[in-house]
Amino acid sequence: MFDLVPPVGSTYAADIDNVIVLVAIIVGFWFFATVGMFFWLMWRFRHKEGQKAQYVTGEEPVLVRWVSWPHVLIIICDVLIIVAAVMVWIDVKQTLPEHARDVRVIAQQWAWTFVQPGPDGQLDTADDITTIDELHVEVNQPYRYHLSATDVLHSFSVPVFRLKQDAVPGRVITGWFEPIITGQFDIQCVEICGIGHGMMGGRIHLETPEQHAAWMAEHRPATQVAAATRTP
Amino acid sequence: MTATTADHGHTHSHHHEPHWAIKYLWSTDHKMIGMQYLFTGMAMALIGGYFAYAFRMQIVFPGEHVPTWGIVTPAEYNQFITGHGTIMIFWVAMPVLVAAFGNFLIPLMIGCDDMVFPRINRLSYQIFLLSAIVLIASFLVPGGGFGGAWTAYTPLSAVPEYNLTPLGATLWVIAVALEFIAFLLGGVNFIVTTMNARAPGMKYNDIPIVVWMIVLASILFMASVGPLIAGAIMLLFDQNLGTHFFDPAHGGDPLLWQHLFWFFGHPEVYVVLFPALGIVAEIITVFSRKKLFAYKMVLYTAIATGVLSFFVWAHHQFIAGIDPRMANVFTATTVIISIPIAELCFVYVATLYGGSIKFTVPMLWALAFMVEFLIGGVTGIFLGASGADIYFHDTYFVLAHFHYTFFPIAIIGTFAGLTYWFPKMFGRHLNETWGKIHFWGTILPFNGIFIPLFFTGLLGDHRRIYSYEHFPDLNTEWLQSLRMLATVSAIMMFAFQVPFLINFVMSAIRGKKADKNPFKSNTLEWTADSPPPHGNFPVLPTVYRGPYEYSHPDREDDYWPQDEPPKKGSASLAPATEAAE
Repeated sequence: MFDLVPPVGSTYAADIDNVIVLVAIIVGFWFFATVGMFFWLMWRFRHKEGQKAQYVTGEEPVLVRWVSWPHVLIIICDVLIIVAAVMVWIDVKQTLPEHARDVRVIAQQWAWTFVQPGPDGQLDTADDITTIDELHVEVNQPYRYHLSATDVLHSFSVPVFRLKQDAVPGRVITGWFEPIITGQFDIQCVEICGIGHGMMGGRIHLETPEQHAAWMAEHRPATQVAAATRTP
Repeated sequence: MTATTADHGHTHSHHHEPHWAIKYLWSTDHKMIGMQYLFTGMAMALIGGYFAYAFRMQIVFPGEHVPTWGIVTPAEYNQFITGHGTIMIFWVAMPVLVAAFGNFLIPLMIGCDDMVFPRINRLSYQIFLLSAIVLIASFLVPGGGFGGAWTAYTPLSAVPEYNLTPLGATLWVIAVALEFIAFLLGGVNFIVTTMNARAPGMKYNDIPIVVWMIVLASILFMASVGPLIAGAIMLLFDQNLGTHFFDPAHGGDPLLWQHLFWFFGHPEVYVVLFPALGIVAEIITVFSRKKLFAYKMVLYTAIATGVLSFFVWAHHQFIAGIDPRMANVFTATTVIISIPIAELCFVYVATLYGGSIKFTVPMLWALAFMVEFLIGGVTGIFLGASGADIYFHDTYFVLAHFHYTFFPIAIIGTFAGLTYWFPKMFGRHLNETWGKIHFWGTILPFNGIFIPLFFTGLLGDHRRIYSYEHFPDLNTEWLQSLRMLATVSAIMMFAFQVPFLINFVMSAIRGKKADKNPFKSNTLEWTADSPPPHGNFPVLPTVYRGPYEYSHPDREDDYWPQDEPPKKGSASLAPATEAAE
């Protein structure tokens, strides 16, 4: 009940969490060191009757060291953070898995449309499966998403994946994810998109291969069903 | 020019007392214009605060009757969050920190009788007032106020069919553009006055840091606002004249607006931060009786921060659909900006070293600024690091981080300045006991609001959600109890502003009379009467030393006013003056 973060649901979720932990450790150290120093100085140099403050210009080398040494350490910490952040970023946003299933994600005011290939594995064929506000994917299977918007900006966010990407009208933005757990979780639109922004939620169903195959069979597209019934 | 204006003012008042409307609404006196900005900003803060109350209530009691408002509809909810952000940044932080303190302090602290361009100054306030009226009008027109968030991302803001507030969105853009014009006019005045009208003897290194900071803020504002004014005009044309600057179907680009907005929007953070940092510098030196630690380092670091702030804007857009390789560049620049900011933090903390610290009300505010802003600063690193921002973007973590920077700046910084210069502004002292009650009643609930929101953000709670019923993972008891804590704290904090307002008014009317220099400060404004008359000084002062010569070993007194002539024959020409040569 008192969770700190959502479940780790994708291959890169743990990497992103690790960046967060790294930053937390570094800035936590600096924060408590600075605040500790701050409160100690406040207490140590509180006003006492008859005691005059010291005259310090801040250019004395002995004192300047107290500012410049931590400063060098901060630069080192910055470099660490930048390297860690960029490495994860490149993995999540600048690379694509080679063998992956495609899923088209279309955002509009105020719903999500997901188009997946049917049994033929190809998008834009008659057996495509279209779902609204509900995305069914298979665990341990990389997916490439092709994200677009029909009207205003939206943003495709799946917290358990630690994935977020804005959808921009006029563009198709491609990215990827690979689920590693099963279950049902939230899909959010996280870019304000008008009056219905607060109801633009969806659900992602992370399924075992068997569950997913059953779902696929259940959702044979209408055209196929129609074709099947026409042939006696 | 300043001299003639002052003379005109004097002869005028000899003849007859001007009509109140002329005196209060048509004044060219920098102090009166400062007050106009201050009170307009405070009035707007009440509106912005009320909006926050209304949407926080909707979040914890979705769909229920909110006392004093009623049922909050989704459209109203979006208007409240948009109005809150817009008002608090553009109509509270900017007018109060830059314009009110800038107008009131600059001529007094550099020892001249008024701004160099007093009529432009008056025009600046009048345009600002007009912009505030236009903004308030935008909430009342058919269709309601604009609800596309304070960032007004296109195409939502550009197309009436998408935002459903055709008039509200247009008036929002017009109000923002007018407001920018007002601050451009004011900024010209601040810069020119500080460069040209300083008291004889006041070298660059003798200018109080708060004046430097307001000048730097004005320069940053002037350098960054051009693209956004252009963007605002383009948005206005898209909304009303059928152009397609931001419409991809006709060759436009929605992301263009984001670049124009954030190219201004990020330096804007430093536009409001700098005056607050300056105010805090004045207060911590006075109440710890210490020279500011490394004056020049503070100044150069602030300049470096200002320059760097022009190279970080795209960190707001990591996942916005820009080329992902850009994120690597902007992560580096963003994290690097922590270097000068950390420097400033260290220098301010170091100023306390060896001091004689008195915990007066202004000092409490100044110290609180340092701690709270530090929280805002360190949490920013999470967001500047692109890898972590993929997760944090647009969550309550961002919101909490943002409020830990802006609240110290706009609210704590303002209260620090207001309580410190109150005797100079109104000639009377604020009641200290009530001041302390207000301080703790504001600071403790403030942390009660935003610490829980860091945790909801960590759990993936995203911003601007009217009701959580559509997001089962966010609609949990644990998250809702964190949200409740935030809302209850917010209401407590609002309630504690009532004693402040009462104390403010009562002290201004009936407080203990203040003499010229109640806190034994060095800077020039404390050599004028409290409150200073039109023309400020009986004799324009001459400056002999820097502003922070507290507890100098050669002196009996622990302060050394900037305008006190050195003793004849002695070798005690102030060291700061020598250093400045």
